[in-house]
Amino acid sequence: MAENEKHLLEVSHLKQYFPIRTGMGKTTPLKAVDDISFAIKPGETLGLVGESGCGKTTVGRTLLQLYKPTAGRIVFDGNVLFDSGEVYDENDEPVLDSRGNPTIDRSRVVHADMMPFRKQMQMVFQDPYSSLNPRMTVEEIIAEPLDVHKLCHNSKERHERVLELMELVGLNAEHASRYPHEFSGGQRQRIGIARALAVNPKFIVCDEPVSALDVSIQAQVINMFEDLQKKLGVAYLFIAHDLLVVHHISDRIGVMYLGRMMELADADELNANPIHPYTESLLSAVPIPDPETARHSKRIVLEGDVPSPLRMPTGCPFRTRCRYATERCSIAHPPLTDRGDGHYVACWNK
Amino acid sequence: MERDAKGMPQRGLFSAQVDLSKFSFEDFSPASAEEKKQQEVLGESSTFLKDGMRRLMKNPLAVASMITLIAIVLIILIAPMLIPYDYSEIIKVGGKRDKGMSNLAPMAYSQAETAYMEKTGEKLFPHIMGTDKLGRDYFVRVLYGTRVSLAVGCVAAIMVLIIGCIYGSIAGYFGGIVDLVMMRIVDVIYSLPDMLIIILLSVVLKQSLNLDGTPLAALGPNMVSMFIVFALLYWVGMARLVRGQILTVKQNEYVLAAQCIGTKPGRILRKHILPNCLSVIIISTALQVPSAIFTESYLSFLGMGVSAPMPSLGSLANAAREGLSSYPHLFIFPAIVICLIVLSFNLLGDGLRDAFDPKLQR
Repeated sequence: MAENEKHLLEVSHLKQYFPIRTGMGKTTPLKAVDDISFAIKPGETLGLVGESGCGKTTVGRTLLQLYKPTAGRIVFDGNVLFDSGEVYDENDEPVLDSRGNPTIDRSRVVHADMMPFRKQMQMVFQDPYSSLNPRMTVEEIIAEPLDVHKLCHNSKERHERVLELMELVGLNAEHASRYPHEFSGGQRQRIGIARALAVNPKFIVCDEPVSALDVSIQAQVINMFEDLQKKLGVAYLFIAHDLLVVHHISDRIGVMYLGRMMELADADELNANPIHPYTESLLSAVPIPDPETARHSKRIVLEGDVPSPLRMPTGCPFRTRCRYATERCSIAHPPLTDRGDGHYVACWNK
Repeated sequence: MERDAKGMPQRGLFSAQVDLSKFSFEDFSPASAEEKKQQEVLGESSTFLKDGMRRLMKNPLAVASMITLIAIVLIILIAPMLIPYDYSEIIKVGGKRDKGMSNLAPMAYSQAETAYMEKTGEKLFPHIMGTDKLGRDYFVRVLYGTRVSLAVGCVAAIMVLIIGCIYGSIAGYFGGIVDLVMMRIVDVIYSLPDMLIIILLSVVLKQSLNLDGTPLAALGPNMVSMFIVFALLYWVGMARLVRGQILTVKQNEYVLAAQCIGTKPGRILRKHILPNCLSVIIISTALQVPSAIFTESYLSFLGMGVSAPMPSLGSLANAAREGLSSYPHLFIFPAIVICLIVLSFNLLGDGLRDAFDPKLQR
């Protein structure tokens, strides 16, 4: 447990189900995030990849309590933000009562007031076109967190802080009185980043911050994220579906599929030595800029479609498309086990 | 291939290629910092309101109706001060009651007035729209009637705006069970036959309202009951509209961003959601005014509007009905004013919608 002390954010057994109406008075839970655990150290970047609809964004939003988690435990900087109180045994299996429901330790249930933590955890959004209010000037947008948390005492201090933030993200001071529609996508994303930085957070969820931008702008914005991390020491949860981008910026990468964490390892280790068959196929799909190498590389093409999250396969969710699937895969979900050097994989066969 | 003295290939006669020999090396040197700065011309920042107003000003119909409305407002404010007659005053000539004063044609003088003017040489103010049955100046009565009708329209629109906005934004923002209950109440009110309720309410309120000694007494119980009726019934359309708008605006990521910052729901509504519904709200308020004027007019026409001697456009038209074949001008003047006001507001509302609705932008 000594190592855990160093973690800025610890997430264990996080579940986020959304009730979906599937008929008259009947709801089926959509398991957007199902039993995910990870931890982030201060100043570290954890990349989160996976295809569309696998629950990456939901993880980010649930961390910030924009949704109320269905179950799990979130600890930030030593403070428990949320705990549903479910008891797990030493093998990380939920302890069930006689009726098969999870045991809940009532004394542990916590649902903290997020207001003080909003100053420490922030978010950068995917779409720079809809994440800025078109009726507010850049100054008003960036100053809103300052106003809400009453961080500035007078308007002069506030204005100076806004200009300082704008300079930090590479915006011109003359832009302060302009409206978002007068900016390009990259500039808008910078405004969004300045807004997130206004409260001096320790942790920022970056929800696909570059996927709506041109490749040339992507590079600028990613480099800015790295510079800011060096300057301010913030930790990132960097959500993306572009493996190259994630590999470039992340210290560690987690791979998600249908709401489950499939593999979690060091960025370089994951790239060089993918163990999970899903990660393998993802990596083989990354375009290689050298045609000579590309000709000799083997593309692993997955068959079939992603199953509907409302009708998840039993056991391992990936078994329907997996080359190595066996009987065992349909019985139980493989646990995320350490294969040495902090390389965690959830697979029975590899 | 032919080559020139420098060894460059000769340029074809019709070649579109740039003749590089005309340029020197200096022409291709990078721009200096000063030259670059000249390129950074920042245009005037354009806000949403400015943009919309510019588009509105390009719409000739909307501009014309705005001018008409402003002119009407100026006339009803200034003209009664210049005209020596009062709306309830039965005109006397030289201090004596004049029997020939009733139902004069526009711009005409009665016999007694002509005789009075000849005798004293004094010029009497003309009756621009003639006089009514009791010998009151009709122009002044129409002016006062327009005041009443416009006031009813504007007050009703403002009441509808306030109630509808608050109700609709609460239902839309909080959603779920709150929304469900609130919108069912709206459905119930919507399903009531409004004309019947208006008539019933104004009859009941007229008897039960005691306004003596309050500032509202001057308006009369009918007028006040009309306001109450508008406040009770006409906000439902606005509430539905605002709720629908809020449901769509709520989906934007900037609302999520505000929640992420820790902004309280009230501030999110005020700062983020309502300003983005503003165009729809402005437009439907502008369209609410003529509908209220219309309702007031036909309530007055039915005899349930303002109480005599205070005129309103509807009650003037109603009074003129009796002598319609002999004195049609008594009917035509208030009717024209109603048409002008209602038409102007409708055209202005349409213009506002075209100018401020981003989906209709050309």
